[in-house]
Amino acid sequence: MVTTRAIEERGLSLYKQGKVPGSFYDGRGQEATAVGATFALGPDDPVCPLIRDLGAHLVKGTPPTAILAHYLGRAGGVAKGRDGNVHFGDPQRGVVGMVSMLPDMMVVAVGMAWAFKLRGEQRCALSFFGDGATSVGGWHEAMNLAGLHRVPAIFVLEHNGYAYSTPSSQQFAVDPVERAAAYGIAAVTVDGNDVEAVFEVTRQARERALAGEGPTLIAAHTMRMHGHGAHDDASYVPPALFAHWAARDPLTRQRERLATLGVDVDAIDAAVRAEIELATAEALAMAEPVPGDPLAGVFCEGEPPIVGRGAAPWSRFAGT
Amino acid sequence: MSELTYLEAISDALRVALAADERVLLLGEDIGAFGGAFKVTAGLQRDFGPDRVIDTPISEEAIIGGAVGAAIVGMRPICEMQFADFVACAFDQVVNVAGKLHWRIGLAAPIVIRLPCGGGVSGGPFHSGNPEAWFMHAPGLKVFAPSSAPDAKGLLLAAIADPNPVVFLEHKFLYRRVRGEVPAGTYETPQSANTVRDGDDLVVIAYGAMVHAALAAAEAIEEASVRVLDLRTLVPLDERAILDAVHDCAKVVIVDEGNYTCAAGAQVASLIAQYGFADLDGPVVRVATPDAPIPFAPVLERAALPGVQRIRDACRELLAY
Repeated sequence: MVTTRAIEERGLSLYKQGKVPGSFYDGRGQEATAVGATFALGPDDPVCPLIRDLGAHLVKGTPPTAILAHYLGRAGGVAKGRDGNVHFGDPQRGVVGMVSMLPDMMVVAVGMAWAFKLRGEQRCALSFFGDGATSVGGWHEAMNLAGLHRVPAIFVLEHNGYAYSTPSSQQFAVDPVERAAAYGIAAVTVDGNDVEAVFEVTRQARERALAGEGPTLIAAHTMRMHGHGAHDDASYVPPALFAHWAARDPLTRQRERLATLGVDVDAIDAAVRAEIELATAEALAMAEPVPGDPLAGVFCEGEPPIVGRGAAPWSRFAGT
Repeated sequence: MSELTYLEAISDALRVALAADERVLLLGEDIGAFGGAFKVTAGLQRDFGPDRVIDTPISEEAIIGGAVGAAIVGMRPICEMQFADFVACAFDQVVNVAGKLHWRIGLAAPIVIRLPCGGGVSGGPFHSGNPEAWFMHAPGLKVFAPSSAPDAKGLLLAAIADPNPVVFLEHKFLYRRVRGEVPAGTYETPQSANTVRDGDDLVVIAYGAMVHAALAAAEAIEEASVRVLDLRTLVPLDERAILDAVHDCAKVVIVDEGNYTCAAGAQVASLIAQYGFADLDGPVVRVATPDAPIPFAPVLERAALPGVQRIRDACRELLAY
């Protein structure tokens, strides 16, 4: 979580310096949901993150330098300059990068999970999505198919209150948790700003999935503490709502929890900041991509690559 | 080698692929016990089981998006849209997820999307479509459109073996009307054009069912020697074969069953205009379905689709140029 926030703060400052093209999108306030859920996955469980889920990439092991270079559109970035902001994925580490159309990757996650079930593999697939995405037809199709075939999938709803500027009150009449029951899908609500709580419900959802008990929808209640992107001042959010959630900041809460256990959290902060400053310098030193054949890579030649396995060096699965 | 209909050739390709490779899955609506709306998958669920020949809910987006998911973890899904027109319901998954996947993140989506397409069967405006041009315009998709039984089997097997998503247009009008000698077992038809009738006064360029209309038109023109070039695949488009045919014949008629504007034939015409101009002895002529939905009543449908007579008349007019 500390790494997530440090990278995003650095990315935002690079954007304000005019070094990041386009806009900049972060997940400030939602770090616990992405990190807690992904941390509960095994190395063979693929994840489909969204733009608020930088932490999912980090937990799967994508290096900070490649992420910062990605923001900058450099050749050494994850997408080699082909896409920007938090549109990327490192499939060799089990991260299937998102498309902007929502919740398309939830449907893809159902397909991955379906294949695991058909092959009898002890794996599950996890897809994040937002409250706004539950209004799209693809959400219904994914929920229906997943419930019907009881595929080993975990759906993490990041209920952050707003889809761009539209509040959930203008998005749906029935809460997605209640709707999950109609698809035969177990659902649980969790405090999305408590990383350990998110980890625990996801761990249980994974156990259910691997035991053949079907998919789980986890509704993580959280708050997007910035606008949709850096161009959005979020003036449509009542200040009292921001204040309410600022008092529940996921990093502060975990820091306090760890401090009582005797963990030197200041040392963690300092180490992460030093790492990210180094990564930023490395990313800024990387070359711009060289325009070549624009058709390169449009089609696959040879054996199609498949999703690999990933775990951060500090993950409980590292080295397994 | 045995004589099979176009439909039987497609069924045979599916059976061969299911038997040869346990990664192959069939997904679609009513394809199991019922055998599909056109019986292309008849008997396959019985022989390969419900986990490999899978009846899905009416969820085109989930069929194709789910297939992409299964493909990126190593499966080889083949999706059936009950009619080509219904692929519109899944357009986003085809063009934004499957088509851009390799360029974007280096994964690949080796899926086949089977589209029973085309008119001539009184299907009306929602069961007669020829949506190939939509997918030619979207990066990362291959588009195959066979006209004969052996090509239908060989191109479907090529599509299944291809590491990219392939939109496979199988023409409903040809299902039971066209038959041919089809080799047994596995073979792949090249992803290139094929000269199906020799001639050097004029070339008709067509694909799918229009190849047969073009052949009938060519037969009717006794006063000249008319070549027919069957494109077979639209992506990749065999540009060399097109330009060679124009070089040899100097006059060209391009036939689409798709709607006229921005059709596959428009791309062929553009290619010839830019790179074959010096070989031309007359305007590049196109025959296509007007930019209107396909009507239901047989008399109206016949008037809308480019039949033998319109192709023959277009050829005669150009020959006289």
